[in-house]
Amino acid sequence: MSAETSAATPLLSARTLTKNFTVGKTLKPGSGRTLHAVDAISLDVYPAETLGLVGESGSGKSTLGRCLTRLYDITSGQLTFDGADITKAGTAALKPVRRKMQMIFQDPSASLNPRRRIRDMLAEVLRVHSIREGAAVNARLEELMELVGLRREYLDRYPHEFSGGQRQRIGIARALAVEPKLIVADEPVSALDVSVQAQVVNLFGDLREKLNLTYVFIAHDLAVVRHVSTRVAVMYLGSIVETGETEALYSRPHHPYTEALLSAIPQPHNRGRRERILLQGEIPSPLSPPAGCKFSSRCPYARDICREVRPPLTAIASGREVACHFPLE
Amino acid sequence: MEQKDKPILLDVDGLSVSFATDRGPVRAVSDVSFRVHEGEILSIVGESGSGKSVTLLSLLGLHDRKTTQVQGAVSFRGQHLLDLPASRMRAIRGKEIGLISQDPMTALTPVYTIGWQIAEQIRAHEAISARAARKRAIELLGEVGLSNPGEAVDRYPHQLSGGMRQRAVIAMALSCNPALLVADEPTTALDVTVQAQVLDLILRLRKDFGSAIILITHDMGVVAEVADEVAVMYAGRIVERGRTEQLFSAPMHPYTWGLMASIPPLSGARLPRLRSIPGMPPTPETIPPGCGFAPRCAFVQPACAEPPPLHRAGDQAALCIIDDTERPALRRAALPLEETP
Amino acid sequence: MVFAVLQRIGQMIFVMFGISALVFLIFFATPGSDPAARLAGRNASPETVEAVRKEFGFDRPLPVQYAIMMKRLFITQDLTSFVNRGYKIVPAVASAAPVTLSLVAGAAILWLIGGVFVGVVAALTRDSWIDRGLMALALIGVSMPVYWLGEVMNLVTQSRFHDTWLFSWVPALGYKPLLVDPVGWFKTLIIPWFTLAVLYIGIYGRVLRANLVEAYQEDFIRTARAKGLSPARVMIRHALRTSLIPFVTMFGLDFGVLVGGAALLTEVVFSLNGVGRLTYQALLNLDLPMILGTVMYASFFVVLANALVDVVYVLIDPRVRAD
Repeated sequence: MSAETSAATPLLSARTLTKNFTVGKTLKPGSGRTLHAVDAISLDVYPAETLGLVGESGSGKSTLGRCLTRLYDITSGQLTFDGADITKAGTAALKPVRRKMQMIFQDPSASLNPRRRIRDMLAEVLRVHSIREGAAVNARLEELMELVGLRREYLDRYPHEFSGGQRQRIGIARALAVEPKLIVADEPVSALDVSVQAQVVNLFGDLREKLNLTYVFIAHDLAVVRHVSTRVAVMYLGSIVETGETEALYSRPHHPYTEALLSAIPQPHNRGRRERILLQGEIPSPLSPPAGCKFSSRCPYARDICREVRPPLTAIASGREVACHFPLE
Repeated sequence: MEQKDKPILLDVDGLSVSFATDRGPVRAVSDVSFRVHEGEILSIVGESGSGKSVTLLSLLGLHDRKTTQVQGAVSFRGQHLLDLPASRMRAIRGKEIGLISQDPMTALTPVYTIGWQIAEQIRAHEAISARAARKRAIELLGEVGLSNPGEAVDRYPHQLSGGMRQRAVIAMALSCNPALLVADEPTTALDVTVQAQVLDLILRLRKDFGSAIILITHDMGVVAEVADEVAVMYAGRIVERGRTEQLFSAPMHPYTWGLMASIPPLSGARLPRLRSIPGMPPTPETIPPGCGFAPRCAFVQPACAEPPPLHRAGDQAALCIIDDTERPALRRAALPLEETP
Repeated sequence: MVFAVLQRIGQMIFVMFGISALVFLIFFATPGSDPAARLAGRNASPETVEAVRKEFGFDRPLPVQYAIMMKRLFITQDLTSFVNRGYKIVPAVASAAPVTLSLVAGAAILWLIGGVFVGVVAALTRDSWIDRGLMALALIGVSMPVYWLGEVMNLVTQSRFHDTWLFSWVPALGYKPLLVDPVGWFKTLIIPWFTLAVLYIGIYGRVLRANLVEAYQEDFIRTARAKGLSPARVMIRHALRTSLIPFVTMFGLDFGVLVGGAALLTEVVFSLNGVGRLTYQALLNLDLPMILGTVMYASFFVVLANALVDVVYVLIDPRVRAD
């Protein structure tokens, strides 16, 4: 931990957080297999930081996001938010938590009721949490629209009248309506066109400044994550393999997977000038991860010990953790 | 350039596509022209609604003939594709022009094994026994890097991972040794590490099979890595085209500048803000009559209400009013972090 | 595999137990209804009622009553009708079943062929006048009540035009067993088959057309066309083949329900003594044992049809096969 972050108390803190799913269960006794979607992850989110969570499909990053916001029940481990243990909190106990922690999803249109105006939808959020009353509601709605860069007249429109980028702004407005401290955003820009994506990425940055927000930003696009995050955690098959301050992690990855991931991204500036590390094969099924280090089956540097002993996530420098027997220099 | 000496394989001249809608015809692609030389990779870049997929489907005759009107001339090895009867077009599709679809999850018929589907294509074009077709399918699956082709040939699509399925789709597209491969966002649905493998495969196949490739994508990084020539599409028009090195080192069109500036860099200093293009891409119904990009352009002038002129600089060309003298200054303003290698 | 079959049989037994218990409770445990009194007739003396009560065990606790009923229905198979004393339930259902089965199976073949034909032709000629015409005909088929169509068919083939060359071959109403008189069996059933099938050709044709039109939006159809396959091959091997999966579900359910007695109106109109007619009469007379018997029979076929659909699924859709 770096000096400044270790002094602060984490806003959200997970300890050996685990989420298992059972798949293929039938009436037959002993059938069904356990999928360790999130495998004993420990993680802290500090106030005012943006923690980027990156990984490919099957890495468990979305599941982790849903566990952190308690949209999923947690199989085991401990989760503390703002000083309170919310690992097992029920619906009633979670209501005040939801006021302080919100989630934004990839496809906002799926969560917008097509028959309700934006105004009614946002006003309901304010009412449920008793945030504003009477005339103050409308003032707050207009304020929200302004925050996310939409015209106030749009309040009286229906979701289908908006483009993808605008719908994502509405999704952000709804999350902001309760005045949260922490926003967990799950692939919030990956469904958008490049030119619109940049606008929404900028919006995230502006809101953080204005409202002093803390983000957990989940994405598969490493360039976007680099742009928005102060700190990054790289996930592979349900585990965090490396964390670190953004620039340090991108400029000098210590885990072979991070290195391969970064080298795989096609870059306009790098035409013909870059050595790409081509990983063999694909991510193994989370149902049967390799023994030992989960990355050992694809790691170009794997040795015998890697296939037998799973390396723990260990601090190797200030603010830098890596789960590897032979971290890269 | 050595590429220029190679014969022209596909020559598209003035292609326009309109759809019949309830409110009359809507033009999705206007006056698109490009050439593909043998063995060359042309990349068409654009956002959703730019008309890049529509262009490709109408080339292949895969559009809905009832609702779509295609104008212009498309010449492939001396044959005018748009005028060919359906049966002649079928003989070309799959044999001389292969298609690689975007989403390997849905591009294969779920109820047949991949070997069956590859053999089906081979037998549609060649008089060959089922056994020989199957043997070819196994060879092809090996070519595209499936580790156990003898086993994979009998697998159903759902039993393969996304990357393996995309390899199977590529094997199928290659099965009749096509002179032209058309790839519609072939890596968009894949993870980064798998995308790298598939791009590598495409480059290797170009070498081994000598096919020309039209690669449709929205990802400037992919373009930069694999394409020889680039065409940037916006609002149904090709707004800029040129050789990849030139286009990336000195882009001419403000839309290309905006597209490049929208992508956060992976190295170097982090920017406080991304330079985004305001507004959003138009739908075919809302394309303005003059320059399609004018409503979002930072350098818009009154003259942009008229169709913009084509400016050329060597092999590069752009549809924009900005002339050669003022362009470098404007480009520096729009793309401040332009690297000088 | 063995376990899957056992599991399916277990489910079947559970469903049939549930249905029988429910039917039993509705008729025998509803407050205010005394089955013994109803059985004994309107002016029976208390002694007679008491005797009936003893005979059927109505004085014993409900579970025992249920057990006696089930034992007499399935094991000794000597449960008799309340209305026609001495008329045994199981043999009655057993003799009615082949009639219903013949009717429904024949109609099913007709409607499958007709439905696939209508659906495929309409989808191939989408938005043309052929498509519109077929869909209009299908809608008419769906809208014609089967009892009305049946009566019209009878009117045409049995009386008005019976003496013309066209319908002189049509025999009188009734059922001829397949093994005794195959030709007669076929002749008597052809008109009922057609009548019953018309409705389902309409439904299946429309559903299949919708499925096919949807299938043509799929990427794999684009792939198939890009492979250079002929339109007929794209339709049959790719679009139709994948659209069959929902089609089979629908067919399984419809077939099961019809064999279970839902073809009642057709049976009544054409004087076929099938299970539907048997159920219908039992309901009119509140003949409790007969209702119990036919309902059990119907539920057996519905469950069986569902099990068969599952098996067919495994055959036609590799995605549901266990790896």
